[in-house]
Amino acid sequence: MILVGRKISPGAATGEALVTAMGISFYGGVDPASGRVVEKGHELEGRSVAGKVLVFPTGKGSTVGSYTLYRLKKAGLAPAAIVNAEAEPITAVGCILAEIPCVDHIPIEQLASGMRLRVDGERGLVEAE
Amino acid sequence: MELTPEERQMLAGEHGPATKKAMEILVALGTIYGADRMLPVASAQISGVSFDNLGEAGLEWLAEMAEGGGRVRVLTTLNPAGMDIENWPALGIDPAFARSQQRVIEAYARMGVVTTCSCTPYLFGNLPRFGEHIAWAESSAVCYANAVLGARTNREGGPSALAAALTGRTPRYGLHLDESRRPGLTVRVQADLRGTRDFGALGVALGRAVEARPGKPIPYLRGIPQASLEELKSFCASLATYGGLAMFHMEGVTPESGLYDPPAETLTLTRRDLDEAIRSLDSAAGEADFVSLGCPHLSLAEIQRLAERLAGRRVRKTFWITTSRPVKRLADQMGYTAVIEAAGAVFAVDTCCVVAPIRGRFHVLATDSAKACYYAAAKNGFATRFLSFEQVIEEALK
Repeated sequence: MILVGRKISPGAATGEALVTAMGISFYGGVDPASGRVVEKGHELEGRSVAGKVLVFPTGKGSTVGSYTLYRLKKAGLAPAAIVNAEAEPITAVGCILAEIPCVDHIPIEQLASGMRLRVDGERGLVEAE
Repeated sequence: MELTPEERQMLAGEHGPATKKAMEILVALGTIYGADRMLPVASAQISGVSFDNLGEAGLEWLAEMAEGGGRVRVLTTLNPAGMDIENWPALGIDPAFARSQQRVIEAYARMGVVTTCSCTPYLFGNLPRFGEHIAWAESSAVCYANAVLGARTNREGGPSALAAALTGRTPRYGLHLDESRRPGLTVRVQADLRGTRDFGALGVALGRAVEARPGKPIPYLRGIPQASLEELKSFCASLATYGGLAMFHMEGVTPESGLYDPPAETLTLTRRDLDEAIRSLDSAAGEADFVSLGCPHLSLAEIQRLAERLAGRRVRKTFWITTSRPVKRLADQMGYTAVIEAAGAVFAVDTCCVVAPIRGRFHVLATDSAKACYYAAAKNGFATRFLSFEQVIEEALK
C-alpha cells in the first residue's frame, strides 16, 4: 500500500508504526529524557516514541515542543519519522530542526501500530510493507 | 510553492546548511498555510532568547545554525533575555544560568543579530514602515507592528523568525494578505480609558470575548478618541496574551481603520467589564513583595515619569524597572537613572519579570501590566496586584 501526501520535512526512514488517534504535545507530553509519552490519559501513555514511525492526527500545545523533538534526536530517542493527517507548525518546525522526515495529508486511519512503514519525506509518500 | 531561483538555491544548500534549514522551515510553513510564494521581509524580531524558555536543546540548535554559516540578511533584533546582560549579579541570577544565557546571545551575535534583547524594537530603530512585510515574533510587538504601524507580519515563533532573518523571506499567507486584515467584529467601548492599566484591562476583556468566538474575528474598536504610545503597547500586550490576537483596528487611531466600515456584528464593553477584568487579575490577598514596571519595556517618557515620582523618596520592596538597553542609555544621559537608583529601585535591563528565572523567589507581584499578571501566575505561581502606573510606584514605597 502506498499513500500519497505532502512533503513537510525531508529525508527518508523505515520503522515500526506507532499510531494514535489523539493529538500529541511534545512539550510536556513526551519526556525528552526517556522518549516516553507522559501525558496523562493519552492512548500512548507510557509508550516510547524512539525509533518508531509516529502516526498521529496533528500536533498541539506549546511551540517550545519543536525543541523537544530536537532534544529527543540528540539523545537518540526521536521517532524515525512522523506521519500526520494535518501537520501544524510545532511538529513541522521540530522535524526540520531535528532532521526527522515528516509527511502529512495521509489518511492515517488506514495505518495501525505494528505495521512496518517507509516514509519518504522528499516525495511525500508513506509505504506499508 | 513557487520559489525564485535564489530561493531554490537556498533550499538546495548552495548558501550553506543553516540557510538550507531556514528555507526548509519556511517552505514547510508555506505548505501548511497554503502560501503561493515567498515575500521579501524588511526586518525580523526573534523570540526564544531567555535561556529559561530555550533550554539546552534550544541553545544547541542556535549554536548549530551559527556554526552552519547562518547570517542575517535583514535588520534583526532580539526579544528579552533571562537577565540583565551587564548587571545580572545584582538581580540574584545564578552564575550557571548567566553563562548559558551569554552563550545564547553569542550565538545570535555570530549570526549578525542586533542583540538588543527587548520586546519593544520599534522604540529604537527596528521601526517598519506602513505596508512593509516583516517577520516578527513576540506577540505584543507583532500586534503593535500590524495594528499601530500598519506593517504586516504573522505571529512567528523563534525558529521561523530566525529562518526569515537568515533568508530575508517569509511565506505569503495570513496577515500579509489584505483579506486577512479585515475586521469581523465591531467593539463599542463605553468607558473613559486612562493609562496603561485601563488599556491592559480592555485587552483582557476583549481578548477573552474574542477567544470564545469562532474564527477569532479581528476587532474594530470604536469610542476611543485617542491613545498614547504607552497605552497602545499595553493594550497590544494584553490583547495578544488574553485573545491570541495579532491585529485590531481602532477608529481614528490606527492607520488601517479608515479602510473599513465597522462590521455589523457588535460587542459592547463598558466600565463594568473593565473593572471586572481588573478585579480578576488584582487577586492577591497579601501585600506585594515584588514590584515591577516595564511589561512591555518602558519608554523614555515612562522612565521620566517614574523618576519624577521617585525623586527624594525611598523604595521598600524589590522594585524592578525593565526596559531596553538603548532606552536605558538615554535615561542615563538624562539623569533619570541616577534618581531612580538613588530611591532604591533596580534596573533590570534586557529582561523582564516574564522571562527571568524568578520562580520561587517571590509570592505577590504588583504591576500595571495585564500580560505580566498572566505569566506571573501561569509560569511562576505568583499572586498578583493589578494597579495603575502611579499605584504601582506607591506600592513599592509602602
